[in-house]
Amino acid sequence: MTPAVAFQKTSRHFGAVRAVDAVDLEIQQGEFFAMLGPSGSGKTTCLRLIAGFEQPTSGSISIFGERAEGVPPYRRNVNTVFQDYALFPHLNVLDNVAYGLMVKGINRDERHRAAEDALKLVQLPGYGGRKPGQLSGGQRQRVALARALVNKPKVLLLDEPLGALDLKLRESMQEELKQLQKALGITFVFVTHDQGEALSMADRVAVFNDGRIKQVGAPEDIYQRPASRFVADFVGSSNVLPPDFVQRYAGERRWGSLRPEQIRVRRDTSGDGVAARVVSRHYLGAATKLSLDADGLKLHATVPSGTAVPEDGAHVMLTFNRDQLHLMEEQA
Amino acid sequence: MSVQAVTGATDVAAAILPRRGGLAGSLSDLLWRRPGLLLLLMLGPPLLWLGIVYVGSLIALLAQSFFSIDEFSGLISRELTLKTYGDLLRPANLDIIVRTVTMAAVVTLASAVIAFPIAYYAARYARGTWKALFYLGVMLPLWSSYLVKIYAWKLILAKEGILTWLFAKLHLSWLLDGWLSLPVVGGNSLSVSFTGTFIVFVYVWLPFMILPIQAALERVPGNLVEASSDLGASPGQTFRNVLFPLALPGIVAGSIFTFSLTLGDYIIPQIIGTSRLFIGQAVYAQQGTAGNIPLAAAFTVVPVVIMGFYLWGAKRMGAFDAL
Repeated sequence: MTPAVAFQKTSRHFGAVRAVDAVDLEIQQGEFFAMLGPSGSGKTTCLRLIAGFEQPTSGSISIFGERAEGVPPYRRNVNTVFQDYALFPHLNVLDNVAYGLMVKGINRDERHRAAEDALKLVQLPGYGGRKPGQLSGGQRQRVALARALVNKPKVLLLDEPLGALDLKLRESMQEELKQLQKALGITFVFVTHDQGEALSMADRVAVFNDGRIKQVGAPEDIYQRPASRFVADFVGSSNVLPPDFVQRYAGERRWGSLRPEQIRVRRDTSGDGVAARVVSRHYLGAATKLSLDADGLKLHATVPSGTAVPEDGAHVMLTFNRDQLHLMEEQA
Repeated sequence: MSVQAVTGATDVAAAILPRRGGLAGSLSDLLWRRPGLLLLLMLGPPLLWLGIVYVGSLIALLAQSFFSIDEFSGLISRELTLKTYGDLLRPANLDIIVRTVTMAAVVTLASAVIAFPIAYYAARYARGTWKALFYLGVMLPLWSSYLVKIYAWKLILAKEGILTWLFAKLHLSWLLDGWLSLPVVGGNSLSVSFTGTFIVFVYVWLPFMILPIQAALERVPGNLVEASSDLGASPGQTFRNVLFPLALPGIVAGSIFTFSLTLGDYIIPQIIGTSRLFIGQAVYAQQGTAGNIPLAAAFTVVPVVIMGFYLWGAKRMGAFDAL
């Protein structure tokens, strides 16, 4: 099957800044794909390259097998949900949603009917008469989604669409987006800097840094088997273990990683384990996260709620399963 | 240590600071407690000025227009009558009004068409030095005297002027001559034709059109243009459906300037153009040589009424909705 989007050695440079640097990537049809990375990592530029707002400096982009370089955004059957929604302030919600159909020349009745259906899809039926300024952030986000979906795009691009919403709303929107994508079968490309969001929603995740893709894979792969120190550090708060430490337990001089929840904290300091001192504690609700100092090595561990949490400054013993210690591909 | 030093310092100071001494101190406190008083102090003088000098004279003007002149003695009779407005509707005077309104409309339209691309460039692309150069370029003509600019244009547009010379050099004299031989817009040379009047009006009022449009476009987020394009709109459709409606308040604001300034101006048509009068010139002549103050006042009411209708129409069209 032709990939929905394919980057081949695609670069986008702004002067000396390599926003996107020789990226190779294939996004499959019907996939929920997340681009994850810190700000300035090139993920948004990649999205803009697909939308057509940016043109590659070198390399190529294909959308459903067709070359897209030099094709203006208005000739791409790709729609974007913008970070700050970019709703037209002078049009009401219905006309905002119907905009794409209006410029295609579809008659008024038909496009308003389609727009009303799209509003139902995002659970805002009857909101058509309002102006965007009268809506809450979450409602605007849904209107932006309806405005994109009404055009039945081949690929839907979402640029940090949940970034401006509060936590509770964000979680329910994550759920909805995921279900919507499943129901519609449209390829979603989702840009986010929130690793939790990327892992919970996407079928596959690409981790970006400095304009390059550091790792592509299913959320479990990225989370449990990070390829490099950057990925381990950025995706969740994995403990990055230096080669000397790893050699002691795994026998190989490689960088390793260990998830905080895989470390067990024992208050009894006798017996085997890594001796450490509790530096500080952060109560997270379901668990308490401990910052630990193991002879200069900074580690994090989580203690589930309901078990005794050692106090600040306490000396503890850390143990873990050796086969949970992940060795990274990145060389020491 | 440093924590102690900091808290030590606050121990000395009281929680409520003592009032600052003197008149200024008590005045500050008073104005803080009574913000309405501050507002009154700030707005009082300009409101008095506007109320008495501006609105007052406008009412006096309106009253004058309902007086009439005795045609034999030339004295003003201070009885309220509509006779002066009857005079205003004579064909010769109506001609003046139609001529002025047409000129104002054409000048406004041309200014908007010329100003939009300049304002668009300045709002969306110009940054740093280029933006400064834009402001300088737009404002610089406003720093020199209006009269100097008009006389400069008279030289440029004259038969022996640089424009005629330029047309000759480009072998386009036939074009200029052809245009000048047209009725109404033509004449002996550009400087004595309505075309010349039009060119100078557009030149002189253009900054007043560019700046409001630029301000309106500056407030249109760039991603709306991207969103429109993303939804399949060609650049032309984006202009019609997004940029133009959002820039409309700016265009209307600019057109209020160009339209009303052209309606009232009496210097440009006097120096450049034909001998046919515009409203401003008619007012000037009526209150001066003719000594017919009531008719001058009635002429002055015309632009006020036209502008009233203009604003009402603009509001109904929704030009101020996006403000």
